[in-house]
Amino acid sequence: MSVIAGHLGYWVTIFLMVAGLYMLIARTNLLKKLVGLAILQSSVYLLYIAPGKLIGGTAPIIADGFAVYSNPLPHVLILTAIVVGVATLALGLALVVRIREAYGSIEEDEILEQED
Amino acid sequence: MAVAVIAMAVQRNLFGVVVLFSIYSFLMATVLVALDAVDVAMTEAAVGAGVSTVLLLGALYLTGGTESKPMQRPLLPLALSIAVGAVLAYGMQGLPAFSDPQAPIHSHVAPRYLEQGPKETGVPNVVTAVLASYRGYDTLGETAVVFTAGVGVIALLRRRTRKGK
Amino acid sequence: MKSDIILRVIAKLLMPFMLIFALYVQFHGDFGPGGGFQAGVIAAGAVVFYAIIFGLTEGQRLVPEWIVEKMLAAGVLLYAGVGLAGIALGGNYLDYFVLDADSVRGQLRGIFWVEAGVALTVSGVMIKLFYLFAGRGRDAGDS
Repeated sequence: MSVIAGHLGYWVTIFLMVAGLYMLIARTNLLKKLVGLAILQSSVYLLYIAPGKLIGGTAPIIADGFAVYSNPLPHVLILTAIVVGVATLALGLALVVRIREAYGSIEEDEILEQED
Repeated sequence: MAVAVIAMAVQRNLFGVVVLFSIYSFLMATVLVALDAVDVAMTEAAVGAGVSTVLLLGALYLTGGTESKPMQRPLLPLALSIAVGAVLAYGMQGLPAFSDPQAPIHSHVAPRYLEQGPKETGVPNVVTAVLASYRGYDTLGETAVVFTAGVGVIALLRRRTRKGK
Repeated sequence: MKSDIILRVIAKLLMPFMLIFALYVQFHGDFGPGGGFQAGVIAAGAVVFYAIIFGLTEGQRLVPEWIVEKMLAAGVLLYAGVGLAGIALGGNYLDYFVLDADSVRGQLRGIFWVEAGVALTVSGVMIKLFYLFAGRGRDAGDS
């Protein structure tokens, strides 16, 4: 079953992505939604880095004695993605704090009731 | 990691969710080291388990909630998520297998960076060389994004110096 | 937590090591894992650690707010300035090989200043975020 063994990294990625998506859309608490978004983003990191690894290779730092290196290009993209992800999380948390001060609660249904 | 994520989804105490998120970030950093991504693992450990956890705890303290209500009618979002997962599983069968040297990701640009990087830039760490020199524009944009996020949070959370507003 | 003597002693012992480790990661980013982002976050973590244990006012006496705000902007300006220096010396924007007579030395110089700018901005933003989140609670405590 090479579909399972060769693609194990992708199965883990899909599971994490689905779990993050579920937390994002199914929970009413705003903080839990943000945590679900963070999990969704981190599953994408795995999606990019797993194909770059070569078995028998090493980290992409050129040194004597190593011949095979893992691919450095996804590492660069994901470094940027991690920092942008924490920037998004910080802005989202600031918004949650202001919503709490304006509406008195961080449960989505209570906020929508106050809107009507 | 899967256990941590399932526990986070089910857990209703928000402080427990934040602690589980920190554990999840550390596990992710360990997996990244196993995948030879040492720079990314250091960043993920520092940013995910350090700064993200501190910010989440700060927001938790400010919003004051420790419990969240149970979900009514959880079936529709669960079915939707599983449907998305099924579509992704169908699509990922076309992707190359793990550690395939013939995968398209290892052709075109990456061998050139690995061979020419230390000679052209003098820096043995290829990730730093690509990040700062070959793809310097992206790093400039990312620094601008971090700066903008800081400015945005300042605008949202600046202390009101005049009381009574 | 200020009254707990174990935490105070441990914090005072660990702070210089954390800051030196941040500088080590910054400058050894060329030869090992590391670079601007990691160094900025570790340095911010050292200051946040100090502020958590000794209180927010002590932390803000150590690193005042106006220094943090200047650091935020100075990092981005430094990065953009390196790009403009590339134009001034005859190349395109963000060309490093014109910064020195020897092309490889120019690359090293450019990478050094660029990583320093990134570390300044990232550490400034992380410290400022912590100050905002922690300071808001003290103000809203009476509402």
